[in-house]
Amino acid sequence: MSMNPFCEIALEEALRVKESGAASEVVIVSMGNEKCTEVLRTGLAMGADRGIHVATERPLYPLAVAKLLQALVRKEEPGLLLLGKQAIDDDCNQTGQMVAGFLNWPQGTFASKVKVDKSENCVHVEREIDGGLESLRLQLPAVITTDLRLNQPRYATLPNIMKAKKKPIAKVTPEELQVEITEDFDILEVVEPDKRKAGVMLSSVDELLDKLKNEAHVL
Amino acid sequence: MHLRRLASVARAGAVPLPNRLRTFSWGALQKIGFCCKTSVDERERMDYDIVIVGAGPAGLSAAIKLKQLSGKHDKPLSVCVIEKGAEVGAHIISGNVFETRALDELLPDWKEQGAPVKVPVSTDKFWWLTSQRAISLPSPFQNDGNFVISLSELVRWLAKKAEDLGVEIYPGFAGSEILFDDQGGKVIGVATNDMGISKDGSRKSNYQRGVELRGKLTLFGEGCRGSLSQKLIKKYCLRELADAQHQTYGLGVKEVWEVEKSKHQPGLVLHTVGWPLDSKTYGGSFLYHMDNCKVAVGLVVALDYKDPYLNIYEEFQRFKTHPSIRSLLEGGTVLQYGARTVNEGGFQSIPKPVFPGGALIGCSAGFLNAPKIKGTHTAMKSGILAAESAFATLMNAQDSEPNMENFWSALKDSWIWDELYVARNYRPAFKYGLLPGLAISAFEKYISCGRFPWTLKHGEPDHKATEVADKHQQKAYPKPDGNISFDLLTNLHRSNTNHDHDQPVHLQLKEERIPLTVNAPRFAGPESRYCPARVYEYITDNNGNLKLQINAQNCLHCKACDIKDPLQNIEWTVPEGGGGPGYSVM
Repeated sequence: MSMNPFCEIALEEALRVKESGAASEVVIVSMGNEKCTEVLRTGLAMGADRGIHVATERPLYPLAVAKLLQALVRKEEPGLLLLGKQAIDDDCNQTGQMVAGFLNWPQGTFASKVKVDKSENCVHVEREIDGGLESLRLQLPAVITTDLRLNQPRYATLPNIMKAKKKPIAKVTPEELQVEITEDFDILEVVEPDKRKAGVMLSSVDELLDKLKNEAHVL
Repeated sequence: MHLRRLASVARAGAVPLPNRLRTFSWGALQKIGFCCKTSVDERERMDYDIVIVGAGPAGLSAAIKLKQLSGKHDKPLSVCVIEKGAEVGAHIISGNVFETRALDELLPDWKEQGAPVKVPVSTDKFWWLTSQRAISLPSPFQNDGNFVISLSELVRWLAKKAEDLGVEIYPGFAGSEILFDDQGGKVIGVATNDMGISKDGSRKSNYQRGVELRGKLTLFGEGCRGSLSQKLIKKYCLRELADAQHQTYGLGVKEVWEVEKSKHQPGLVLHTVGWPLDSKTYGGSFLYHMDNCKVAVGLVVALDYKDPYLNIYEEFQRFKTHPSIRSLLEGGTVLQYGARTVNEGGFQSIPKPVFPGGALIGCSAGFLNAPKIKGTHTAMKSGILAAESAFATLMNAQDSEPNMENFWSALKDSWIWDELYVARNYRPAFKYGLLPGLAISAFEKYISCGRFPWTLKHGEPDHKATEVADKHQQKAYPKPDGNISFDLLTNLHRSNTNHDHDQPVHLQLKEERIPLTVNAPRFAGPESRYCPARVYEYITDNNGNLKLQINAQNCLHCKACDIKDPLQNIEWTVPEGGGGPGYSVM
């Protein structure tokens, strides 16, 4: 199992924030079944200090994840919450925004540049939006979701992978966090897209018009 | 490297920061790894009792056996396995009809432990194909008691067993350099490659120096034509020491299909010879029904073929259009595609697998039984024997320097040796042609039982066998229909192969000009045809000049180019760990 690429970028940014002196500890969280511990070990090998595994076999959608993060934030009191902008399996792009809403924290999503300003207790975020780049200044604590261009994640080195084995991973359940996971929607059906039909070679414009009119019914 | 947590310091006039965002002084941060001040040429080093290169059947069997012996005799041993694939099993591809002989020895209760060895062979068929017909012949194989498996799945299961015993396995790390002692005579470990180097050789922002893994003994289980193993064979003259001939190889291309349930017969094993290959080209196909409606199908062609226009991938696609094969695959989907070279040299090509500081195990030495087309059981057994020898020498207080000489004698006393001896004459017989080959094989099998005191020699090395293009003609292969047959790049996608494109090209030409002065004019650029990943392409540049383009990203790590290049000008070196194919059911 591998780490969601955007989350890897978020972790790399967190490590850089700590290395710049603006933070003392990087805590990583993963939610789901036992396979999450593999992802957490990779994160610890990259340099995070400790991990939290929210253990559940239930399927987790963004709303549930946001509620669980809210509960964890209340416990841990971080100054900055960094997430990948979206997961590459469901492409939802909702969790960061939702948790910011729950916590009533400012949010800077699709960050392509992050700079923490300790003296002002704020963070400067550049966001990639349709029209170009938007610069924001957010009061801390804040939520930032990361985009591709933010950084190039570091490799986990062998010695760090070994050291990571000794770093702690705390296990906690949704019940212990007092979060009820409800299934907000049912997946009715998953189908493969229709196979592309082979193209048809036509011999004249008249034939094309005829087909467009009588077969495709677009004219 | 522990970071002391300092309480936040309120500087005069500044607003005190909240507890949530505690600060540090820069002093405490000096030692963070990423911007650290260690010498740029120094590598970090990790020491183990045994270092094993390659988490394949041989490497993992050795690791498991070492830990079993360590536990049994209550002598702790540290064992480390590195694996260039992104995860264990990602670079494992094989037919595979599995003989459980070595697994029975290693883990006798493998069945109770849930090993993915579940589909017993139910039928064993052998066909001679013409373009339209399939003629049933008595099967030369004895597959009773064997199982149809995915070797990739079995290896992943073995890795779990190894980790449970305390073996440290590190996927995503490639052994790229052999470490020698100061005198240069003894192997003391391997180093992984530097990561984060860009195509032009400069360092990227995530540059990471490689790491040295030092072992009292190092075992190399890199599979067929292992890149480090080749260097060791050359350095220590391991073939000469055993009076062995050169190794000979075949290239296998394989797809795993999901077929319609009504067509699926778990345990059905089929091999074919004949069409589409001609009588001068040694090879054949395999088709194995696995579990869950999966069918493994592939073509293996010996690399001593003469015709430079032969395209093994296209021959495989053509093979599938045979009426008897097509009918099975129609309506199904391809799950994965891949390719790998295999050893065919057998007994005559076994090098001395022991050198100062370690040994070669599995296909890196070459224990595949060619007529049986099975190498997994012998690879595993070689891993077990190597482990026994390594353990004995490490525990022996008398041995001032651990040495594995008795691995060589243990091999010769084992069933691997006997099995390969009896099978030694089948493959070399085919250098006389298909019919003489079959005749001699039949004699060996039914009359002499491999015991007559004659040992046929291999023909010339594979790379020398390619004839000049003038002697042959371009071959016309049928266009892929997208249903049964596919174009190579579509199929390549199904191998999940990828490499970070911004890294030095790992396929190195000893002389830059040879492709244009020799390969293209004399041999019509055979690498553009035998490579099952379209790595090598001859294109014309903007000035109309011919150019060899190397699409290293596509590489499947099959090693065909390292073997078959006519002047041995191409050297396969290992790219950054974690790249390459991503096999899971192969």
